[in-house]
Amino acid sequence: MLQIRRDLAEAIVAHARRDHPDEACGVIAGPEGSDRPLRMIEMANAERSPTFYRFDSLEQLKVWREMDAAGEEPVVIYHSHTATEAYPSRTDISYASEPNAHYVLVSTRHPGEHELRSYRIVDGVVTEEPVEVVESYLFSHTGADDVPDCR
Amino acid sequence: MAVNVSIPTILRTHTGGEKSVEAAGTTLAEIIDDLETRHGGLKARLVKDGSLHRFVNVYVNDEDVRFAGGLDAEVTDGATVTILPAVAGGMR
Repeated sequence: MLQIRRDLAEAIVAHARRDHPDEACGVIAGPEGSDRPLRMIEMANAERSPTFYRFDSLEQLKVWREMDAAGEEPVVIYHSHTATEAYPSRTDISYASEPNAHYVLVSTRHPGEHELRSYRIVDGVVTEEPVEVVESYLFSHTGADDVPDCR
Repeated sequence: MAVNVSIPTILRTHTGGEKSVEAAGTTLAEIIDDLETRHGGLKARLVKDGSLHRFVNVYVNDEDVRFAGGLDAEVTDGATVTILPAVAGGMR
């Protein structure tokens, strides 16, 4: 399951809408091992394409180094599909190489609505998972943003 | 030339979980061959048909080797080599 704070989920959708008709992409970093997406990092789509996305390799190095220095890892890797459903394509699956990440897909094919879905992609196998949007990580029984749940 | 190689999560199965390993060589190709002697299976994840796999980004001292000769990229003593899986995808 992906548990994600509402403002972050909305930020993903806003980014996807803003970049439409190009595919949007980015990362939400969180403390290593926490499975808690916290820090939104919009990435440029170096392909600038409506059908393909790619992180610029030097930008990715910078972001991955910053995460490493901060004890973070990519908890969510998101991108949008602008004309198809929010399901991983064969290309998405073949590239997926962060085993701990939730791969989030947003579809912007219908202007008024959006579709936000999440998947685990490990060793080429796609497993869809439920997305729980929470108002806050506090009291959500997984530990608070910075303070543990009351004991 | 002794260098430090930073290994991404997905390849750490080949390094016993280590995220940083040492290697020796004067070009990236030599470094990879050297890594393979101690961490079998790593080369196949990086090199395909004689060139670097397109799903992998390799940097020598923060430069993407795609712009520095690929497998022939020079590696000097004390350089850092960083390996990251490329993040990409698309509609199809």
